[in-house]
Amino acid sequence: MTDTTTPVLDIRNLRVEYPLANGHTLTAVKDTDLLIRPGEIHALVGESGAGKTTVGNALMGLLQAPGKIVSGSITIAGKPVDLRTGRTEGIVPGRDVGAIFQDPMTSLNPLFTVESQLCEGMLAHLKLSSKEAKARALDLMRAVGIPEPERRLGSYPHQLSGGQRQRVVIATALACGPKLIVADEPTTALDVSVQAQILKLIRDLADERGVGVLLVTHNMGVVAEIADRVTIMQNGSVVESGSAREVLTAPKAAYARTLIAAVPPIETRLERLPVPSEETQGTLEARAAVRRKSTKSETGSRDDAVLSVRDLAVEYGGHSLFPGRKASVFKAVKGVSFDVRRGEIFGLVGESGCGKTTVANTIAGLVTQSSGTIDFLGTTLGARREKSIRQSLQMVFQDPYSALNPRLRINAAIAEPILFYKLASNAEEARQDAKTLLEAVGLPADAGARFSHAFSGGQRQRIAIARALGPRPSLLICDEPTSALDVSVQAQLLNLLKDLRDLAGLSMLFISHDLAVIRQMCDRIAVMKAGEIVELADTEALFTAPKHDYTKELLRLAPSLDRILSRQSALG
Amino acid sequence: MIRLLSVRLLQAVLVMLAVAAIAFVMFRFVGDPVASMVREGATQAEKDALRVALGLDRPVLVQFGNFVGQVLTGDLGTSFRYQQPVTSLLLSRLPATLELVVVATVLALAVGIPLGVLCALKPNSFLSRLTQATTLVGISMPTFVTGLLLILIFAVNLRWLPSSGRGDLVDLGLWQTGFLSLSGLKSLILPSITLALFQLTLIMRLVRSEMIDVLSSDYIRFAFARGLPRAYIYRRLALRNALMPVVTVTGLQIGQLIAFAIVTETVFQWPGMGLLFTNAVGYPDVPVLAAYLLFVGFLFVMINMIADILYTFIDPRLRTR
Repeated sequence: MTDTTTPVLDIRNLRVEYPLANGHTLTAVKDTDLLIRPGEIHALVGESGAGKTTVGNALMGLLQAPGKIVSGSITIAGKPVDLRTGRTEGIVPGRDVGAIFQDPMTSLNPLFTVESQLCEGMLAHLKLSSKEAKARALDLMRAVGIPEPERRLGSYPHQLSGGQRQRVVIATALACGPKLIVADEPTTALDVSVQAQILKLIRDLADERGVGVLLVTHNMGVVAEIADRVTIMQNGSVVESGSAREVLTAPKAAYARTLIAAVPPIETRLERLPVPSEETQGTLEARAAVRRKSTKSETGSRDDAVLSVRDLAVEYGGHSLFPGRKASVFKAVKGVSFDVRRGEIFGLVGESGCGKTTVANTIAGLVTQSSGTIDFLGTTLGARREKSIRQSLQMVFQDPYSALNPRLRINAAIAEPILFYKLASNAEEARQDAKTLLEAVGLPADAGARFSHAFSGGQRQRIAIARALGPRPSLLICDEPTSALDVSVQAQLLNLLKDLRDLAGLSMLFISHDLAVIRQMCDRIAVMKAGEIVELADTEALFTAPKHDYTKELLRLAPSLDRILSRQSALG
Repeated sequence: MIRLLSVRLLQAVLVMLAVAAIAFVMFRFVGDPVASMVREGATQAEKDALRVALGLDRPVLVQFGNFVGQVLTGDLGTSFRYQQPVTSLLLSRLPATLELVVVATVLALAVGIPLGVLCALKPNSFLSRLTQATTLVGISMPTFVTGLLLILIFAVNLRWLPSSGRGDLVDLGLWQTGFLSLSGLKSLILPSITLALFQLTLIMRLVRSEMIDVLSSDYIRFAFARGLPRAYIYRRLALRNALMPVVTVTGLQIGQLIAFAIVTETVFQWPGMGLLFTNAVGYPDVPVLAAYLLFVGFLFVMINMIADILYTFIDPRLRTR
């Protein structure tokens, strides 16, 4: 029944431009060809700004206002798209093309039931009666594997988990029987275990229904897991295209090689991740300067604990208006104990909601524990902290975009804590320190005169690190420092953090959900689940011989380039 | 849901007790009630007798308890100025203010919401630019200027509408309404427009900015990606999300209007509570002021509670908590 010969998507010579305010035009996509056959999953890979999302938006008619298709052709399931208007007028989005967005938390309307959102497309496009639509909605809910579909139809999005919401989004995308689905980072916002399920669901739908899938992603593991074909984009152009096996195992283009090499492997630990550009002489000198300043009179062997957490428990809620009655309490952290030794990078890993960020915030003093103790440099930390303690404990946050004050010049942002802790005698000296720090994190010294919006995400995270190093901390808490960044940028930052540890004798508490990153960075690891540490071991021991079932499960589900490729080659 | 309601009710009672305490303090310390009630030249013994009769010799807490008890039975004391029970004074003035405020609010919502949506959807069209500019002028002009201008144009020059008073009223027992007579309706037009103008601008701007926010959200982009009709997306999916904060603001504004329609009522000689209050301040008519304080407190507490309940109807996320 399904037509297996006509491609579901055929893009030729696509060119998308954005006219800029200064009269120039930005070419977001140029000379791009893409062909997807029924039942095929085609991954479109690239770093942010590569134009991969623009391709998806262009074929769904969702290009943002000034952007327009300048030339080329798009054919969806044999029907050509009218390009004169820059819109897909011959094609009805929703009926011919289904969309899956990145974040299931925000792509469903919070005020309407699942049923209403599933059915509205069918009512509009297929002209079904509401009864027929409901019956079809039930079928779809079963097809995407949502338990108790009848009950769930009446639910509101907030009553569903992230994975269930993404299933609803997929069901919505399938509602009108499209030939093609555009999935833009469909699993990026999900935990690994949920990610594995959703990927399997997409694979099954492609196989069973013959739907073609354009999978826009930056995650090579995901590509290796389900894609048939891969196209790699850089700066709006295709640099390489071919079957997933070929491209991932033997990339031809230089960019494709660096991109794939920058993916941190989960199987082995590398001293440094391969990155395109390495540090200059100036950077090395600056780092030496940072080291001279940071080395304190502290003596102690590597085995001394810098930080020692005992039976830490944190509860949220629990304040009731009526005295004597306890309102519902959420136990975010339930009795966690661990040490961070001098010069060690200690990893906390777990899925979202496991309490790892709460642990970090409690140590940083942003949240108060309900019981347990935190000893830092031999002092027990209370609710009120000495200035010297706060100085020695600095934090790098996940989102570099919101972590920097947009109204402060970078120099001022970095000098501020230096002056606050009186580590420089005057503003000029603090500015010099800031300059040295900027060079140490690999940014040009003149960067300090600019504001944060002039920098990319990776550069901003470097600035955030420089700012955290300013007060010469003993312990640096990094909460998902690279999860908002592209792989090649991530590789550079991970190398930087390693260097800083080696050079300044810094200890780190490193939090991540990404097992591969954790393996590259950490000396010892604690795996957290539902507020508890289920396993704590040396990195090599944990990855080679995990003891707890949950750790094994996490390791099994983490998408891994090498493992999948070796499995595939073993089969074929 | 029931828990939420009971918590809200308890909070409301606490707030009202605090307001009552302030009103009570006003009674006791702003002037000596005995001095203002006895005839001139009364002896000390007569004054003491009156003090005992009024219960002013008892402990403060007992007095406060009595005061609260009286308020609960609807006894708000006797006006110094009019020598009438304050409760009946307030009730006689309430319909005028309420009718004015209801009309003004309906007007503000009926015009403000569509204009706000228009300005969000077509920011560059002539109509939305005109709206933005005129409402900016409207909001920057003091209420009395707007009122006087309207009177000058429509009452003095064109002679279309009356410039003051409520026109002919129809008596419905406790309530005297201006809705049922032509002159009553005519009299409502100018003051309600004057009162609504500020509200209208506020609601228009709020709806506009909320709508712009909502339209850039993922779920609206997702709705476009599913090819749903534009009108459906705007009218049903986006507007409902955008109206959430409007509920709160409208609620608070209604309170504001009832309590502080003073300027408009003065300009149009509207026999509402604002006029009663202004006169009471000048006199000073302490029982009226205290009652007014209680009334306004009660109003705000009630409106906030109603807005909270409305919220749970609009937003399913609040129902399960």
